[in-house]
Amino acid sequence: MTIRIYVPRDSSALSMGADEVATKIVVEAARRAISVDVVRNGSRGMFWLEPLVEVVTDKGRVSYGPVTPSDVASLFDSDFLNGGQHALCHGLTDELHWLKNQERLTFARVGITDPVSLDDYLAHDGYRGLQRALSLAPAAIVQEVAESGLRGRGGAAFPTGIKWKTVFDCQADQKYIVCNADEGDSGTYSDRMIMEGDPFVLIEGMTIAGLAVGATRGYIYLRSEYPDALAILNEAIASAYAQQYLGDNILGSGHRFHLEVRRAAGAYICGEETSLLESLEGKRGQVRFKPPLPAIEGLFGKPTVVNNVVSLATVPIILDKGAEFYKNFGMGRSRGTLPFQLAGNIKQGGLVEKAFGLTLRQLLYDYGGGSASGRPIKAVQVGGPLGAYLPESQFDTPLDYEKFSEIWAVLGHGGVVAFDDTVDMAKMARYAFEFCAVESCGKCTPCRIGSTRGVEVLDKIMGGSDCEKNITLVRDLSDTLLNGSLCALGGMTPYPVLSAINHFPEDFGIRRPGAMEEEQAELEKVDISY
Amino acid sequence: MHIAAYKAVPGGLLPLLHAIQDDVGYIPEDSYASIGKALNLSVAEVHGVVSFYHHFRTQPPGKHILHICRAESCQAMGSEHLEIHAKSKLGIDYHETSLNGDITLEPIYCLGNCALSPAVMLDEKVYGRVSLTRLDELIAVAEVAE
Repeated sequence: MTIRIYVPRDSSALSMGADEVATKIVVEAARRAISVDVVRNGSRGMFWLEPLVEVVTDKGRVSYGPVTPSDVASLFDSDFLNGGQHALCHGLTDELHWLKNQERLTFARVGITDPVSLDDYLAHDGYRGLQRALSLAPAAIVQEVAESGLRGRGGAAFPTGIKWKTVFDCQADQKYIVCNADEGDSGTYSDRMIMEGDPFVLIEGMTIAGLAVGATRGYIYLRSEYPDALAILNEAIASAYAQQYLGDNILGSGHRFHLEVRRAAGAYICGEETSLLESLEGKRGQVRFKPPLPAIEGLFGKPTVVNNVVSLATVPIILDKGAEFYKNFGMGRSRGTLPFQLAGNIKQGGLVEKAFGLTLRQLLYDYGGGSASGRPIKAVQVGGPLGAYLPESQFDTPLDYEKFSEIWAVLGHGGVVAFDDTVDMAKMARYAFEFCAVESCGKCTPCRIGSTRGVEVLDKIMGGSDCEKNITLVRDLSDTLLNGSLCALGGMTPYPVLSAINHFPEDFGIRRPGAMEEEQAELEKVDISY
Repeated sequence: MHIAAYKAVPGGLLPLLHAIQDDVGYIPEDSYASIGKALNLSVAEVHGVVSFYHHFRTQPPGKHILHICRAESCQAMGSEHLEIHAKSKLGIDYHETSLNGDITLEPIYCLGNCALSPAVMLDEKVYGRVSLTRLDELIAVAEVAE
């Protein structure tokens, strides 16, 4: 009997030697004359256990990890092919604490199926959303997405249904669906996991978007740092074409949708939608003025839906199970789930898809297990390099778009980067300006010049010169960036900078507001006790 | 040769530049004129696009390219030590190639391997949880490999 073994091909798993482990398993099985079928799946999102090897038993999938090539022989000796005990064995994968309480809607198949197998996709409820969409009028598809409450998962959280409706309402000879797969935010990798672990769900989502708004051509703008995702997407697109899920006559319905992947070229700013469109047109990725909105005049001047990978990959389940089903997850105006990504100085880094509403503390400690270094977590940056730094006192904030806005922070793309108490927040604030300077498209002055001036002033502060006065200068400069920049790069760089100053003033050589009064009060208390 | 393939592709300049760089390792500046002619662009426009994107280079790189991630997540796990170590070991700064022509050192801002920080990428392969020893091993392997 052939035993099925899963070894991920996700690039994070590969970064820990998954290819070498897969090869070793095949060699070792051949040496022992055992028949095995090694399937290369996506990642389950428990990266501290990668490479995570899973064996299919009659009780379910049993997991072992992190496996190195030198562990392979001992795994065979321990009869891991029948779920045998071993120091690296974690038991049934589905029963693991990490996975058991997640609400995996968008990530339902990631880590479970063979990402490039269309049959496997179909066997796991794939293309049911498209089947339903084909039975609906385009306006009804748009309505379903609008009712689900889905908001842009790329970070801006704009209601997807409204964007689609705008494009739907436009009359044009050509419309486009553009997938923003330029996932440049540090601490985020959920787009990559979808593209490497379940590419068909993205293809299906884009096809549904095309049907809904009347677009016949789609582009996936993929960052050049993801060569593995490129290969997997292209393989999946070729299968979808071969089986008529893409092309001139989708599943015999007479509908047309063509899709191709375009490689970005390492510019962070191209994650901004108008700059992305410029880049797709073969130009410098400079931000456009808005209006006109891309939904009205987008790619090549045509009405264009620009959505993030996770937004588009969530569309199939909404169409399959209905808007009501999706809307029932979440809190307030944040409906559905968000795939949170734990990163940085964290013991257990990985992907947690949960309904909005859990707290940062639950994420950091219940899932993350605290810092990797074992030291206290001092600060957490949520939402990428343009997101605010949160101190421990804010860890109980529910993960919800509006709750985060209230504390002048952003959820963004759901990336959570932890720092232990050795971090120097002045250095991180300086880095935020430096990053803005490196990545600025140069179109508007606050971002282009302000970022460099910011680095210079931070250098003075870090050198201990006139800290109070220079902080005032940084605040003033930040005000200009916040209110005078054309897009979010310049407009949000003040988030990490000011949050670092406000929550960790000691790192900038200044006193916490009110600190002097507190000290005075302490002294007075001492006096009284005498 | 590549020019003909992308001449009629809408927004074909980026795919064309990728094809050239994948093939010869960089975008030779003397190709701007023929690219411009085919795509109806000026040499200045082609130069503008090439110079805008961090990924494109106008000089041949070393035999291998080592990218070190500088983004926040990797910083939280000590990537700064990797940067200092690589620079001193190779005797070069970012955007430079070691004297023997083996390794070009480049910064990169996120490889999407943030749960396994710090990360580096050698050519097209990403490595996670990279220690100084591991970095030395990677450099040593790159120096012998062709």
